Amino acid sequence: MSSLQLLQTSVGRKLLTGITGILLTLFLVAHLAGNLTLFAPDGGVAFNLYADFLHNLGPILIIFEIVLIVLFLLHAYIGISIYRGRKKARPENYTYYKSQGGPSKQDFASKTMIYTGLVILLFVVLHVLHFKYNFFIPHETTTLEGREMIDLAYHVEKAFLNPWITIAYSVVMVLIGLHLKHGVWSAFISLGAGNPKLTALLYTIGIIVAILLAAGFLIIPIYIFLNGGL
Amino acid sequence: MSTHENMTLHLKIWRQNGPDSKGHFEDHTMDEVNPHMSFLEMLDLLNERLMQNGKQPIEFDHDCREGICGSCNLVINGIPHGPEMRTAACQLHMRKFNDGETVTIEPWRAKAFPIIKDLVVDRDAFDRIQAAGGFVSTRTGSMVDANAIPISKEAADKSMDYAVCIGCGACVAACPNSSASLFTGAKIAQFAKLPQGAPERKRRVVAMVEQMEKEGFGDCSNYAECEAVCPVGISISAIAEMRKEYVKALF
Ligand code: FES
Repeated sequence: MSSLQLLQTSVGRKLLTGITGILLTLFLVAHLAGNLTLFAPDGGVAFNLYADFLHNLGPILIIFEIVLIVLFLLHAYIGISIYRGRKKARPENYTYYKSQGGPSKQDFASKTMIYTGLVILLFVVLHVLHFKYNFFIPHETTTLEGREMIDLAYHVEKAFLNPWITIAYSVVMVLIGLHLKHGVWSAFISLGAGNPKLTALLYTIGIIVAILLAAGFLIIPIYIFLNGGL
Repeated sequence: MSTHENMTLHLKIWRQNGPDSKGHFEDHTMDEVNPHMSFLEMLDLLNERLMQNGKQPIEFDHDCREGICGSCNLVINGIPHGPEMRTAACQLHMRKFNDGETVTIEPWRAKAFPIIKDLVVDRDAFDRIQAAGGFVSTRTGSMVDANAIPISKEAADKSMDYAVCIGCGACVAACPNSSASLFTGAKIAQFAKLPQGAPERKRRVVAMVEQMEKEGFGDCSNYAECEAVCPVGISISAIAEMRKEYVKALF
């Protein structure tokens, strides 16, 4: 079999899920780092300059966006197909089924991967429309360092002064945390982290990453909403 | 938990005439259950009573009754091999249950393990996965000298951690996706850890994964429920080992 065919078996699919998952998580880390510049005590200048820097990357940005979309869609596609395969592999389900507990990682987070994943999929579409294409708010610009640029900080502030957007956004961030709680660990195992002594440690690392990322993304809307602005 | 007194149990047992017939639960109240009986002895007793009453005994699979053959496939109270960790159904004792408890017994459920009758399923799919690559090709004849291939104690132990798999299929039965990854992973990892397994490692992992796929087992979502029900306690690291071998085969 060719390498491409090998990637289509159940193990191959799992390798792809793990790699795309880890890369998407790294993207979240970079995204969060960028977001946190909002907290620089300069009324959003650092944040706007950072956004403007990204916008001016030109072709690099486009390549980056295409790679991200491919990673995201591949990850979602495989996840959905794994879920759809369940019924085929067990046409008649158990009447009584219980988890043994102990080393089992079946919990709310792992059992809802498909749902948290689908919500994230929908969220990302709305999120991009919202903050990249200004679908829901009028375009505001500002002039910094002699250049006119989008006043993204203002967009963010405006969005999170709205209680509904703040609530919806916060809920999704919690769901992303849940997805990562099982996902990060799962990615390590999918990519062959085989040492039995390490698995417990990897699981803990996964939980820490999930909490840090979810909390980081949550701080911004909650702070803006409670503070009545940046 | 009773330890001395005989107990009464309410059993809900899956009955099914053949692979294509519709099954159903049958209720039996078992009294005079000695707590020191094994779970299979309790079923023997039930079957004796059924036969005395001119009824068909319940078919269940068993052979060694000492936890090494992997044939006693029963989902007891929703858990393959029952509530006790690292214990095959044949090694489970009735003292683990309470007097008056309702106990459910279902067969392994997976498309790749069709039900033959009642609680007996066909696990030939495992044999075919094994036959696809779970071996080393070697010259037969006189035995190789014991120390001809040096193997560290560490490597031998690691290999043994996976070689203890008894092929019972509880991993598939417990997996929400009905994946056979723990079984296949263990069968691959046991060779991956030894020098004898090295020459055929790429061919082995590809062939066994392909066969696993063909049999209709599901994908793995790393739930690790397999590890929790494995009667010999094989770690999910077996699955990670399989993936590591697979990556080697990719290049
Ligand atoms: S009967 Fe052999 S393992 Fe239970």
